[in-house]
Order: sequence, then C-alpha cells, then structure tokens
Amino acid sequence: MTTLSSSLSLAVPELMMAIGAMALLMFGVFRGDKSTSMVSWLSVLLFIFVGLNILGQPGERMTAFSDGFVIDPFSQFVKVLILTGSGLALIMSMDFLKAERIARFEYPVLVVLATLGMFMMVSANDLISLYMGIELQSLALYVLAAFNRDSQRSTEAGLKYFVLGALSSGLLLYGCSLIYGFTGTTNFDTLREILVPGEWSLGVIIGVVFVAAGLAFKVSAVPFHMWTPDVYEGAPTPITALFAAAPKIAAMALFVRVMMWPLSGELGNIAPEWQQIIMLISVLSMVVGAFAAIGQTNFKRLMAYSSIGHMGYVLMGLAAGSVEGVQGVLIYLTVYLFMTVGVFACILSMKRKEGMVEEISELSGLAKNQPILAMALLILMFSLAGIPPLAGFFGKFYVILAAVKAGLVPLAVIGVLASVVGAYYYLRIVKIMYFDDPAEPFIQPMAGEMRVILGVSSVFVVLFAVFAFPLMSATSYVTQSLF
Amino acid sequence: MTYDNSVLTVLTFLPLLGAVLILLINGDDHEIVNRNARSAALWTTLGTFILSLSLLMFFDSSTAEFQFEVEREWLGGNINYHMGLDGISILFVILTTFLMPICILASWEAITERVKEYMIAFLVLETLMIGVFCSLDLVLFYLFFEAGLIPMFLIIGVWGGARRVYASYKFFLYTLLGSVLMLVALIAMYIMAGTTDITSLIEYDFPAGVQTWLWLAFFASFAVKMPMWPVHTWLPDAHVEAPTAGSVILAGILLKMGGYGFLRFSLPMFPVASDLFTPLVFALSVIAVIYTSLVALMQEDMKKLIAYSSVAHMGLVTLGIFAGNIEGIQGGIFQMLSHGIISGALFLCVGVVYDRIHTREIAAYGGLVNRMPIYAAIFMLFTMGNVGLPGTSGFIGEITSLMGAFKVNSWAATLATTGVILSAGYALWLYRRVVFGELEKGSLKTILDVGPREIIIFAPLVIMTLYLGFYPASVFDITDASVQNLVNDYTAAIDAHQDISTAAN
Repeated sequence: MTTLSSSLSLAVPELMMAIGAMALLMFGVFRGDKSTSMVSWLSVLLFIFVGLNILGQPGERMTAFSDGFVIDPFSQFVKVLILTGSGLALIMSMDFLKAERIARFEYPVLVVLATLGMFMMVSANDLISLYMGIELQSLALYVLAAFNRDSQRSTEAGLKYFVLGALSSGLLLYGCSLIYGFTGTTNFDTLREILVPGEWSLGVIIGVVFVAAGLAFKVSAVPFHMWTPDVYEGAPTPITALFAAAPKIAAMALFVRVMMWPLSGELGNIAPEWQQIIMLISVLSMVVGAFAAIGQTNFKRLMAYSSIGHMGYVLMGLAAGSVEGVQGVLIYLTVYLFMTVGVFACILSMKRKEGMVEEISELSGLAKNQPILAMALLILMFSLAGIPPLAGFFGKFYVILAAVKAGLVPLAVIGVLASVVGAYYYLRIVKIMYFDDPAEPFIQPMAGEMRVILGVSSVFVVLFAVFAFPLMSATSYVTQSLF
Repeated sequence: MTYDNSVLTVLTFLPLLGAVLILLINGDDHEIVNRNARSAALWTTLGTFILSLSLLMFFDSSTAEFQFEVEREWLGGNINYHMGLDGISILFVILTTFLMPICILASWEAITERVKEYMIAFLVLETLMIGVFCSLDLVLFYLFFEAGLIPMFLIIGVWGGARRVYASYKFFLYTLLGSVLMLVALIAMYIMAGTTDITSLIEYDFPAGVQTWLWLAFFASFAVKMPMWPVHTWLPDAHVEAPTAGSVILAGILLKMGGYGFLRFSLPMFPVASDLFTPLVFALSVIAVIYTSLVALMQEDMKKLIAYSSVAHMGLVTLGIFAGNIEGIQGGIFQMLSHGIISGALFLCVGVVYDRIHTREIAAYGGLVNRMPIYAAIFMLFTMGNVGLPGTSGFIGEITSLMGAFKVNSWAATLATTGVILSAGYALWLYRRVVFGELEKGSLKTILDVGPREIIIFAPLVIMTLYLGFYPASVFDITDASVQNLVNDYTAAIDAHQDISTAAN
C-alpha cells in the first residue's frame, strides 16, 4: 500500500496546478479584471513549471491513492502535449479577449482548471477518477464556450455543449456502473485481471459500449460528433483553438488507456468486443469528416469537421490495438497538435478594421497580400491533408501501418480513400488563397505571438521528415508502458 | 564524406537550397526582385545540371549494381535514408536536370506575375523529381513521388490558363487517388518483408497471391501517372492549362515516373503478377495508342493534341516494358527519354507562338513559315521526331520497343504499329495547318521569328534529338547492364514460379 505522502509526491504536477489555479483566482479577485493579462502570463509560467516537473518524474509506471491514480511514461508524454496545447491557446487568447472586451481574469483560471481535469483524465486508473477528471475538464470548458456571454452564438454554443456533454457524461456513468455491477470493481488494474478478452459477460459488454459512447463524444467521433461544428463555430476563436487541441488529446489518451489497460488482456491481446466498436466509429469519423467538410464556408466549422476526420485516423491506430497502434496514436496526436494550433494562429490573424472574420472566402488572394502567412497556411493545409513530406503524412503513415499490421486492411483502404476526399477541401483553401483575386487585406502586421506560433508550427511540419527520429524513439519507449 | 556517398544528397537538395535563397530575396523594386529570382533559378539549375553530368563521368556502366550509394538512419525500424543510381535511373536524373534550365529560360519572359514564387515552385519540384529517381527506399520514394503534387498543383493553378482551377484539382486528386493505394501496398510490403529498402525488396520473394494485390495497387498509381488509358483524362486538362514550362516538366519528367515505377517496382518485385497481367497492360496500351491517336486527330487546341499524342507514346512505352525482354525494356527507356525531349520541345514550340498571339487554337494560325522560317524548321524537326522518323530519337524508341513487344505478342505489336501511322497523320496535319499555307490572319502579319533566347532554348533539344537518333548506343550502353540484370531476374522468377505450379499439378 502506498502512504499518503508518497501518493502526494507522485501527484505534484496536479497539486501544483490545483493550488496554482486557486492562488491565481484569489489574485484575480483582489486585482480585478485589469489583472487578466498578468494572470494569463502567470498561468503560462505555471504550465512551464508543471511541465518541467513532469519531465523530472521517474520514467516508470507507478500508482498512487490506492491505485486510483497512475503515472507512467505514457501519461507524462501526453501531459506535456496537453500543456503545450493549453499554454499556446492561452497565449493566443490575450489579444483577442482585449479586442472583444471580454478580458476577465476568470478566463485563464478556467483554462488552468480544465487542464487539471485533463491531467486527471490522463492519469486515471479507476472509473471514479476517470469520471472526476472528465467532469472537471468539461465543466470548465462549458463555461469557456459561453465566455462571451453577451454574444448569442457563444452562449448558444455553451448551452449546446453543456446539454450534450451532460448527456454523454450520463452515458459514461451508466456504463461505469454496469461494469462495476458485473465485475465488482472500478479499478483498472483489477479489471485487467478479471476481464478475459473474448469472454465478457453481456452486462460488461453493454457497459463498455456505454463507456465507449461517452468517450467517443469527448473525442467527437461520429456518430457522437453533432456538437462539434456548432461549438467550434460559436465559441470565441481562441477557445476553439483550445477545444481543438488539448481536450481532444486528453480524451484520446484516456480512450487509449481504458481500451488498452483494463479492457485488454495481460499480454496486450485486445478484446474483439471493443475492437469492432472502435473500427466502426473510426470509419464513420473519417468518412463523415471528409464529406461533410466539403460544403463548409466558415473556417472554424471546417476545422471542426477536419478534427472529426483526424480523430477517425487516430482511432484507427487504437483499433489496431497494438504497440504500433498506440505509437501511431501518439505520433498523430503530436503532429495534430502543432498543425491545429498553427491553423488557429492563422484564423486569429484574420482581422479587419470591422473586427474578426471567419469565412473562408475572406482568405481570397492572401498570397498576394501576405505571402508569408499564405505560405504558412499552405504548408499546414497540405500537412492536414496528409501529403508528404509534411508531418501530417507521417501521422497517417504510422496509424495505417498499425492497421495493416493488425490485419485491418479494409479499414486502412477506407482511410486512405477518405484522405483523398479530405484533400479536396484543404485544397480549396489553398486555391482561395493562391488562385483567387485578392480581397481587402487583413490588418498588418500580425501580432508577434501569432507569428512565433505560426512560424514554429509550420517549421515543425516541414522539418518533421528530417528530424522525426527523436519523436519516433520517444513514442516507442512511451508506448511500452501500456503493454 | 566522399564524392561517392554525398553526391546524390547534394544533387537532390541543391535546387532546394536555391529555392531557399530565392525565398530570401527581398526588395521594394519588383523588377529587380524578379530579375534576381530568375537568374538565381537559372544558375541553380545549371549548377545542378553540371553536377549531374559528373555522375555520368564516374558511372560504371559495366555493372548492374547501384552506385553512389548513401545510407543513413532515418525513421528507425528499417526505414532508412537510402539513395543510389543504376543504369535505369541515372538517365532520368540527367533528363530532369537537363530540362530544368530550359524550363527556367522558357519562363523568362512568359511569367511576369509572382516570379519569385514561380521559381521556388520549380526548384522545389526539381528536388522532388531528382529524389524520386535516386531513392532506394520505398518510403523515401513515396515521399518524393507524392510531394511533387504540391508544386505542380500551384504551378498549374497560379500561372495557368482560364480553366486552371479545374485542371489543377483534377491533376491533384486523380494522382493522389492513385498513389494512396500504393501507400497501403507499400506498408503491407514493409510488414511482410520487414524493410522498405528497395534493394532488399527486389530480392524478397512475395507469395504469388499477394503479388497480385500489390501489383494492382502499384499499378493504380503508376497507370495514372503514366498515364494509361482510361485514366489519362487528367493529362490533357493539366497540359492545356499549365504554363509552357509546366507542360514541359509534366510531359518530360512527371509522366516518366510512371514508367520508372514499373521498371523499379512492378517488374522486379512482382514478376509473377507482372507476367499475369501482361495481357491487360498490352490491351490497355494498344487501346491507348490507337484511341488517343484518333482523338489527337480531332483536337483544335495545339497543346491538347500534343497531350493526347503523349498518351499514345506512353502506350508504346508500357508495351515495351511489359514485353519483359531486353529490346522491349531498352526501347521503353529510350522512348521515355526521347519523348521527354521531343514532347518537351513541342510544348516549347507551342509556347513560342502562344507568347506572341496568346491563343493555342490551331485555326488561329496558318502560314507561319512565311514570317518565321527558323521556327518552322525547328518545329519541323520535332514534328518528325514525334512521328518517329529515322534519324530522330523518336524512331529508335519506337522501333526497339515495338520489336520487343513483337517477340512476345505479335498482334499487340502490329496493332500498336498503326499508332505510328496515325501519329504521322495528326502530327503532320498539325504542322500543315499551323506552319504551311498562306499567311492570311491579320494577327500573324507582324509576328516575329524566334529570338536569341529561344534559339538557346531549342539548340540543346535539337542536338539531343539528332544525337540520340544517330547514336542511340550512348543510351543503350549505360542502361544495358541493369536491363540485362532486370530481365534475367524477371524471367528466372517467372520460370521458377511455373516450375512450382507444374510440379503442383
């Protein structure tokens, strides 16, 4: 058994975040709204310290709080990604909030709390702690979606997200209770021992289906994706940037852990029961994501469908259920994080005198007005489409590799065909930027932080092919902890 | 770092370096920026060409081994950065570097908008094309092969004609659809053989049943790229809308990647399946030769006519390659090189008059010989090359590949030979309508003959067409050992398979 102090010592990053969030909240209360940017930068600083602390943690699997909480290289890797996503979203928010006159100090505090929730999700080793993490994250995000409370679109997005999110939490909780009822435990390690793949009782199967449905909602996989376009479109843009990256990564990591640890056998032999479910939602997500995006005119909505499609590919890696599959998931998520953040830095730079614009047609002729911005967005679009030698290709390559190796050739074929359809709408953005006549230029110069973020993400995407090796070896090492 | 293990890396990425330099050119005066971009691109491509010639000097044509090999760890898991050249690939590299300065020169005055981006796109494309022919790793090959779509998409879409958007989309999506299936096959091969190294994969024996599927997946990609009937429809659109230099690269090099793919992958890695599907390829090739030649007869747009004639000529190439004997494959390679020069030159010929009159419609021309005698002579030479007149490189390519095909399947070869007659029909008729006759059109009354820049562009092409026509051994000597080796392995693999199947009966 672990003592309280050793448990606490493993949860230092989470404790730092929790205490930090409360301290920042108090600081904000005393100083008022004028302290928003101060609180934001302090939050970023907090993220950096937490990140350093995570990197200093021991690189082995350890559990705490009566096995309800786990740290392992897998969780550490994902947490660093989450911090990057949240931190960058926070940095991108500051100017936007001021311009929209919604700069309130609660904003960064909520982001920190949501990130803490994501940490709990990633480190959950028990159905209870899983649920706790999801709820902490979701409740903070519901508020953030509706953060522009005077805007009808934003409040609608928040409400929609809340209602549908509550429904999915209900499904998840129902599934958890069924699993508990039929196995007598909520602990992942015990479940791993009890549940023999291929020999589940009906109750467990139903429970797992509910849990999978709840998690599919969080990663916005089809058919639980309906909320995504509306929330993406309605939420303030930097919040959308946050939604698109960090929570997706956290939910996907949780998905991987639930499927690969408690619901798989000791030797990593996966249960056919859940493999079918994942395959189905993977195919649906890839196909719906590709086709539904074609008709979109709003950039944020387009990114919503794009992320649905990408989650489909990530799920393909999970469906393979192998070492390669999980490695593919991690590579894909890393690449996806940089691409998404880069694209949102572009969207946040689409500023005119009359305010922010979000329609794709506004990009018309951007290559003439702002060649550098256009080239960066071009690179990101081709990368999202999965064209080599850009990073997006390698993400797809490794999940397809895993799928083929697991014998899921039809899934892989559907995936690559869907990527051709997907290429169509990414090309459309390139076409609008490069082939069409210039529209009125955006306000220049771009904000400094956007330039840095966009520059870093496009350089990452371009040079990935050259410097991929460290990431390959890191993910391959990290993946071992789940098997 | 010796010459041998660094030359291919330098050669491949030299144009990219040039592109980065051009990216850094900045200034307020557009004219100066444009001029600098043009000269930087020209010097880069010339330097690359000269460097590639040094390959020819050090190349040992007596062996089928890969030369100038370089291998470095790359992605881990047996996916390495591996490059090398043999007798089959080296000439395609030379063809690429040879055509590139010509393309830059051809765009000198034709491109006035966004010159910097244009030159960057071309140089990036050159890197990718050289990379395709040098790669000895399947993933690396795929990377270069697929990435070429990006600059070409932009070249057609930004600097193209009226229907450029449609053409660029069609080009991109068509070729992408073909290639993604190859990606799945490539991954399957990696899993089966445990490596993506091309030299090891050639040694590896894929089971006959699997070969069929892998062959089909690779075929999907290469047939589109080639392009073979009936998946050729993207080519006329792309050619018509692309700027002149884009058409030259498209016809001269990008199409050759399909044929190169057949030679590098389909035949050596899946010999049994290649043998199995030879009748299919022959049928498609014969249809391509006859059908597209007939279609070419009916074209009213000069570029479209040449585009269809390209499809027909590529039909002869596939015919030769899948004949699977020395004549056929030698002829196929020669035909590809020759077509790269001749069709590129024909597109440049169209470009010359297009730059002056701004139309490609055949009916808008006539009687050009009266005001443009030098142009008429140049155009004549390449028309004859396209027809396959003895003395031009076109003849050698056609005759050898048909000879190879005749040995295997006399019917297919006979039918395909009618394509040669038809090609005389459309090419000469085009020439008559454009160049001969009375000069009646008002817009042509003041047209000027080719200038010094254009003569510099055409001179190397003229020389190469005649040189290869009179002295084809210069090519055959280089390709000989590699082709011998390929054919030996190919027939041995097929024989071994037949022995097994007869033993099983």
